[in-house]
Parts: sequence; structure tokens; C-alpha cells
Amino acid sequence: MKTKLLAAAALALGLATGAAQAEPLKIGFIYIGPTGDFGWSYQHDQGRKAIEKALGDKVETTYLESVPEGPDAERSIERLARAGNKLIFTTSFGYMDPTLKVAKKFPDVKFEHATGYKRADNVSTYSSRFYEGRYVIGQIAAKMSKTGTAGYIASVPIPEVVRGINAFMLGAQSINPDFKVKVIWVNSWFDPGKEADAAKALIDQGVDIIAQHTDSPAATQVAEERGIHSFGQASDMIKFGPKAQLTAIVDNWSDYYISRAKAVIDGTWKSEDTWGGFDKEMVHLAPFTNMPDDVKAMAEETVAKIKSGEMHPFTGPIMKQDGSEWLKDGEVADDGTLLGMNFYVKGIDDKLPQ
Amino acid sequence: MTMFEAILLTVITASTPLLLAAIGELVVERSGVLNLGVEGMMVMGAVMGFAGAQWTGNPYVGIVTAVLAGMAMALIFAFVTQTLVANQVASGLALTLLGLGLSGMLGEAFVGQPGIKLPALDIPGISDIPFIGPVFFGQDLLVYLSFALVIAVTWFLFVSRTGLKLRAIGDNHVSAHALGIPVVRYRYLAILFGGACSGLAGAYLSLAYTPQWVENMTAGRGWIALALVVFGSWRPWRVVVGAYLFGAVWISQLHLQALGSGIPSQFLSSLPYLATIVVLVLISSNRRLSLINTPAALGKPFVPER
Amino acid sequence: MRLELKKRPEHSRAMAIASPLIAIALTVIFGAILFAVLGYDPAKALYSYFIEPLTEAWSLEELASKATPLVLIAVGLSVAFLSNTWNIGAEGQYTMGAIFGSIIPVYFWQWDSWMVLPAMMVMGMIGGALYASIPAFLKTRFGTNEILTSLMLVYVAGFLLDWLVRGPWRDPGGYNFPETRDFSEAAILPPMIGNGAMHWGAVFAVVAVIVVAFLLGGTLKGFEVKVLGQAERAGAFAGFSRKKMVYFGFLLSGAFSGLAGIATVSGTVQQLQPSISPGYGFTAIIVAFLGRLNPVGILIAGLMLALTYLGGESAQVTMGISDKVVRVFQGMLLFFVLACDTLILYRVSIVSGRGKGARPQDPVENLVPAEEAV
Repeated sequence: MKTKLLAAAALALGLATGAAQAEPLKIGFIYIGPTGDFGWSYQHDQGRKAIEKALGDKVETTYLESVPEGPDAERSIERLARAGNKLIFTTSFGYMDPTLKVAKKFPDVKFEHATGYKRADNVSTYSSRFYEGRYVIGQIAAKMSKTGTAGYIASVPIPEVVRGINAFMLGAQSINPDFKVKVIWVNSWFDPGKEADAAKALIDQGVDIIAQHTDSPAATQVAEERGIHSFGQASDMIKFGPKAQLTAIVDNWSDYYISRAKAVIDGTWKSEDTWGGFDKEMVHLAPFTNMPDDVKAMAEETVAKIKSGEMHPFTGPIMKQDGSEWLKDGEVADDGTLLGMNFYVKGIDDKLPQ
Repeated sequence: MTMFEAILLTVITASTPLLLAAIGELVVERSGVLNLGVEGMMVMGAVMGFAGAQWTGNPYVGIVTAVLAGMAMALIFAFVTQTLVANQVASGLALTLLGLGLSGMLGEAFVGQPGIKLPALDIPGISDIPFIGPVFFGQDLLVYLSFALVIAVTWFLFVSRTGLKLRAIGDNHVSAHALGIPVVRYRYLAILFGGACSGLAGAYLSLAYTPQWVENMTAGRGWIALALVVFGSWRPWRVVVGAYLFGAVWISQLHLQALGSGIPSQFLSSLPYLATIVVLVLISSNRRLSLINTPAALGKPFVPER
Repeated sequence: MRLELKKRPEHSRAMAIASPLIAIALTVIFGAILFAVLGYDPAKALYSYFIEPLTEAWSLEELASKATPLVLIAVGLSVAFLSNTWNIGAEGQYTMGAIFGSIIPVYFWQWDSWMVLPAMMVMGMIGGALYASIPAFLKTRFGTNEILTSLMLVYVAGFLLDWLVRGPWRDPGGYNFPETRDFSEAAILPPMIGNGAMHWGAVFAVVAVIVVAFLLGGTLKGFEVKVLGQAERAGAFAGFSRKKMVYFGFLLSGAFSGLAGIATVSGTVQQLQPSISPGYGFTAIIVAFLGRLNPVGILIAGLMLALTYLGGESAQVTMGISDKVVRVFQGMLLFFVLACDTLILYRVSIVSGRGKGARPQDPVENLVPAEEAV
């Protein structure tokens, strides 16, 4: 009894002085890849570093890297929770169910799960509307391509990637209705060699622009070597293709991460779903390079229109691959359909696993 | 450049790292040692090759540092398995864990840095001949080296006396020892050679295939190299066939996809693995082609008694 | 100066106890140096690596849960390895077991009965064994080397799983993300204590250890395994069939790997995903040899290896030591343990100068397959 009282007193004391010299907020991160992948995990880690830079000694961050989805995920998340982290970012889709399970056990810890759709009182979800960027690069591709055919190196068939291919195609078709896209699935997020091989295969088949939804700069390097154009992914890859890269779709988690950390510190954090694009600076395009001014101007205009909400990449009329109508003239796709997108728009001649 | 020619060039790039690592491991296994740490030595070769090239601005220095890194890793394995006769299978796997960790640690500063590409060695005149020129004489040093190594290893194993002794050790280290052949010394050297070759394979990845450093960039190629030694039934030229078969199917499936075949990409992606199995089954079921070359002492520990 | 080994007439009991201690001492010394050089407090780092995961109940349960598939697979593999059958493809058999076992919760998700779990486990074992029978068949029928076939089939199984969860087995309510529906309550291996991580798979692992210990120690089959593994000719004279043994080794290790797969999916992941194993099938090979192909040794080795993974995580979280450093440390530790094993079998002395040279002696004396160490 006595000890309990003492503890309570200590707690009260702690609370009283808390305002003056608050304990730093402990923030944990789980990454699927190594921080040195220069892609997905690297960018999330940049976000972590941005929090530290912005909030200084008000926060303390830790991370676990290379945590595979599957049996290890739940334990890793739980360890971060038990280590006193009050805000935990789980940065891969496959951490969805483990995050929810751990969140149930630790109601006072706030969780942020990237790219998922299941939420709870202490679990928010967040993702980026990368497709906005992909629409823009589709337009650039159609303007810049001489052959009218682009190659697209895709990682694994999930809605996110399918949505990207569709947005790219719609952007391209808005400039050149006969534009073609050749798709190669490498069935991996990360194998630089295979990505380079895919880029070469595509170029050998006559594409003169490469877009990718895989993480390494290998394809950009190949494009540079073969003297064609490419788009970077996840990070700005201009160093790898100074003459090749037109722009890159850069993941920018920093602003979001800082705002969420601040929200926890201020006590204003609540569970929500954030799906931000150009408007929230979550999708960011690297400087437009290696293109004439008129193309650049067009790209900038499109970015501005999407940002202001004047334009949505998925606005009808849009046909599905099989020719059936998906969106009527002027109709805008709803987020639910976009989230679970598993069909191609008309003009893409790849086939999706069903 | 014709399509066929273009595909062939890509196949060479995809096959060379496999061939380099496999030819080294072949010599190691011929000496009766099973080193499952190819992936670990290879990834160390990749990071140190990149580092050497970055520090000096010269990719050839990178090749040297990669070889040294591969050999240093191999030396650890040799000491533990030969001097201390620890279990080879487990030590090899531990070497892979060590290599993946160490390379990640050493390579942190190189992430996001474009590398220096190993130049193609054009031979004036010959390289301009259509087809033959670019395919056979427009490659970089390591591609030529891979074939030079195959020829050298073939000669060494089947013509030279030292090679004969090495094979004798691999088949029966006890009688080899009885004949006065220094078993452990031979094996040390074979393991170091294997490390050097894995280092070259790593250098090929970070200096020629994709001139960059990213963690785990070997992406399992060390394992394929190991399988290819078995595929080649411990014969150098069959290993060449295996490496190029794997590379050819690997590239062809990408082309099939780009043509829009409609076949699930997962099935296409598994083709190189299936093709290797099928071809090996065909070889081994054919009496004339099948050779039981498995070094009899493979993986068994040896301690000379004095 | 060099090291000289002399085979002990029989393996040293004192060293059997001392060798792990020496290995730990060496690891602590070199680990302390490594951490100190990198600027971490060595004492704290070592504590967080080795002790911290053992101080809390939840962590102990996680340890058991992580060790479960490792032990289960390794125990099966040990039988194959002892009989000189090289099954390198346990990872693929694990995947196939998970796929087969998941047929029930994917297609018959409404079925709610106590029979669901046993049926899933049996299906998992069948799946693993069937997949393992492919290299066994190719080996016995065509003489195709099983190292290659079993390894290549790992990748094929991975792609099959990938295709299933992205295609036909996708959760209909899951926005087309690559995962099956969540398993129903009836299809989940329940936790053994409260709501903890340790599930009944741990019991399977212990039972497997006992079964294999009995098989190897007390049955004719066990004798056959060892004879064919060590001296194939002698085995043939005794009337043992090499072909049947290849099947036996593959089917047994395949079934255990399959069980590990479905138990992990059912007990821990609770749905199928593209990624269901952090390389358990490969890590289990280390476990098998670290445990010297002895069932009890494997149990200990499995727990030890699981500890190095958990320790790595806690070192990352409490000390901020990077995952890369942790893996270097893990590799180092494995090398020390493997190297110190030598002390049990051999007397090591440091000799100055060069040896007197080789001397012919009884060849049989030196044929020491690693397995004999058991």
C-alpha cells in the first residue's frame, strides 16, 4: 500500500513538473528494408531524421530495419512499444495486421501504419497519392518519346503499382491517344541487377523512355548508358542519370512525420486516414531536367492543377482494358476504387494476375 | 544491332557474375570443401570493389580490392574449417550472415553514390565486325577474365599435376595425405581462390552490372552460383553452360513479359529455376552425359595425424 | 608457430561443457571490442543483446515462438543429413506446407470445428512431404543431384505463394492487397499462455525432438539412417536400401518443414501473405549443424539462434546499434561456437616451428564424419 502511494505521489510529481521539462517523446520506426536501400526504407529514414532535426531534444527516435513481413513483424512492433515508444510508424503494407494486434495491447501508444486501410482508435493510416506524380510523368513521356512507347518496370502486382501504371498511361494518352506502354514485372521490390536487365530488355524492344516502380537507380543508369530518358523513383536519382532523368517521383514523408510527432506532443493526435499528394507535399517531383521549356511548362501546369484540386488524374471518360466503361464523362474516381484498383485502363496490353 | 545480338549481350551481363563465383566454388569443392558462404564473400567483394574504385577513381583498383575482400572472408572460413575443423556447412552459412552484415556496415557511406563503370575493352578493328565484334570483343575485362578462368581451371584440374593432387584430395583426403600431399595447405589455397573469384563476381555487380552500392545487392546470386557447380557436375565447361542457360532464361522471360504474353509473371520469373532442374534431370538421366563427379570427401573434416 | 590438433580417443565430457563457455567468453571479449570501437558502451550492449530478451516473460514467449520453426525444421533435416541426403530446400517445403494447410481456412473458412486445426496441420505435413518428394524422386529415378533440385524448388514455391495470394486466394474484402482473408478463430493455433506469442507449435517442436531422439537412439530405422549415412556400402551389405532412405530423409524433413510452415502461419501470422518466413528453412540448416545433428543439441541451438535474433532487436531498440552491426556480431558468435566445438573432439596444442611432415597411417582412423561427434 505504502509503495503504491509513493508511486502515485511520484507520478503526480512527474505530471506536475512535466510541463516544464517534459520527457522527450519516444518515436519508433519499423522498416521493411535496410536503411541503405536508397529507396522506400531510405526515404522513411530520411523522414525520421527530419523529425529529429525539427524537434530536437523534444523527441528521441529509434528504428528496426530489415524487418520482414510475416512472423517477425508483430514481435518487432511490440518491442518498440514495450521500449517506451509512444508513437510508432510501421512503414510497410504487410505490417497492417501486426500493427493492429499490438495496438490493441498498448492502447496508450499511437500507431501510424503506411499504405494500409485498417484503422483503430490508436492506429492511423497514411499514404501518398503517388499516382498524381505518375500522371505528370506520363504526360512528359508522351511529349518526349519519339517511338510513342514507354517501358514500365513494375515491382509486384498490388493496387498501388497498378494505379501508378494506369495514371501514367492516362497522362500519356492525354497527349498522345495512341501511346503504348510495355510492362515488365520483376516480382521483387529490390534486385538492382534484375531491374537493370528489365530496363535493357525494354530498350531492346524499342522503348525510348523508362519509368519504374522499383526502388534502385539501376534502370536510370541503364537509360543513361543507352542514351534514352528515364524517371527516377523514391529518391532523386539525377546523380545516376544526369542526362537521362527527366524527373523523379520522390517520397517525402518528412512533413507528415513532423506534423504527427507534434500532434502527439501537443495532445491533438487522433486516429485518421491521410492520403496526401502534391497538396500535402507528400509527393514531390524532382526538378524537371533534360526537357525543352514547353514540356517543362506543361508539367508544371499539370502539377499546379492537380495541387489546387482543379484536376484529378482519374477523371472520365475512362475505359477499362476490355473496352467497358469505367468512368463517365466528367466522373471522378472514388478513393475506394482507387485503393483497391486491380484492373488496367484501355491501351495497356499487359495482363494482371486475377 | 539486331534483337538477337542485343539479347545475347544482356545474357552475358546476367551470366558473368554467376560464372565467376561458380568457377571459384568449383575448385573449392573439387578439393573436398563445401563453402556455402559464396553470397557473403560476393557481397563483400561488391562493397569493397565499389570502395576501391571510389577512393582511387579507378575501377581496376576496385577489382583488386574486391578480390582481397573475398579472400579475406575466405581466410576466416579456411581458418575455422581447416585449422579448427569446424563444420563446413554451418561455417559457410555463418560467413554469409557475417558478409551481409559487414558489407552493410562498411557501405553505409556509399549509398546513393553513382559508381564508376568498368569500361568495355574495345579491340580496334575487331570490335567493329558486325555481330562477332560487339558480342565477343566489346566486353569489359571481367567477362574476358571469366572465360580465361574457365580455361585456366580446366587446364589446372585436368592437365596439371597440382590439379591432379587437388582432385585426389577431394576424392579421398586420407589416401592423399598418405601419399604425402599437404591436404590442409591445398585446401587453404583452394578456399582462397574461391574467395577471390567470389570477390570478382561481387566486383562485377558493383562495377559493371549496376555500378552502384546498395545493401544486399547480390540478391541471392551466390546461392545460384552454388547450385550451378552442382549443375555442372563439377566440370568447368558444364558450369559455363549452366550459368548461360540460367542467364538466357532469366533474360528471355523479361522479354516475354515486355511482349505482353499474358502468362502470370510469377510463373515466368520461376522459369530459370525450373529450366535448370529440367536440364539437369535430362543430363543425369542420359547415361552418356551423366558423370558422377561428386568429390567423395566433400564437406568432410580432415585432421592430419602426426 | 601453429595449431596442432590431435583427435581425442573419445569426445571430452569436460570440454562438452567448457566449449560453449569458452565460445561465450570469446564472443564477450571480441563483442566488447567491436561495440567499444563503434562507440557503444560494451557492457550495456552485451547486456541488451544476451540478457535483456531473457528478463521478461513476453520476450521468453517470443523466443520460444521464434525457435519453434527453427527446431522443427532442423530436427527433420538432421535425419536427412545423417543419412547423407542433402535437403537444402526446407524453405520451399515450409512454404508448401503453409500453402497446403491454408487450403482449409481459405476455401472452407466457414467451417468451425475442432477438426479444422488437426486437418490443417496434417495437410501442412502432406504439402511439405509432397514437395520434398520431388527432389527425392528425381534423385532416385534419374540420379539428379538433390542439392540443386531442392534449392531451386525454394524459389518456385515462393513464386507460387506469391501468385496465390495476389491472384486466386486474395481476400475478397481486402482491397485487392496481397493477402488471404484472416484465418477464423477455429483455424488459429491458440496461444499456450493467455494472449502470448507462444503457440502450440512449440509443443510440436518438442514432440518432434523426442520422436527423432527415439528414432535415432532406439530403433532399427535410426541405425539404418546412420549406417547408410556413414558407410553406404556397409549399409547395402546389411540389406538397407539407399533409395528408400533418400525418400525417408526427404519425406520426414519435408513433413516437419511443412508442419513448421503451417504452424507459423496459423499461430503467428494468422493469414497467408507473400512473405511468411524470414529464411527459417536456411537458418535451420545452421541450427541442425550447430546442434551437431543431435535432437537435444538442436533444441538448444535453436533457442540460442533465436536469442541472437531477439538480442539483435533489443540491441537496436535500447542501444540504437544498427542491424548491420548486430548481424556482424551474430556471425562472429556463430564462428566462435563452431570453432570451440573442435575442443570436444580434438586436443589443441600450439606448436612452435614446423611439423615433422606427414606420416602415413591407418586411413580409417581419420574418416571422421561430422555426425560422429554426436
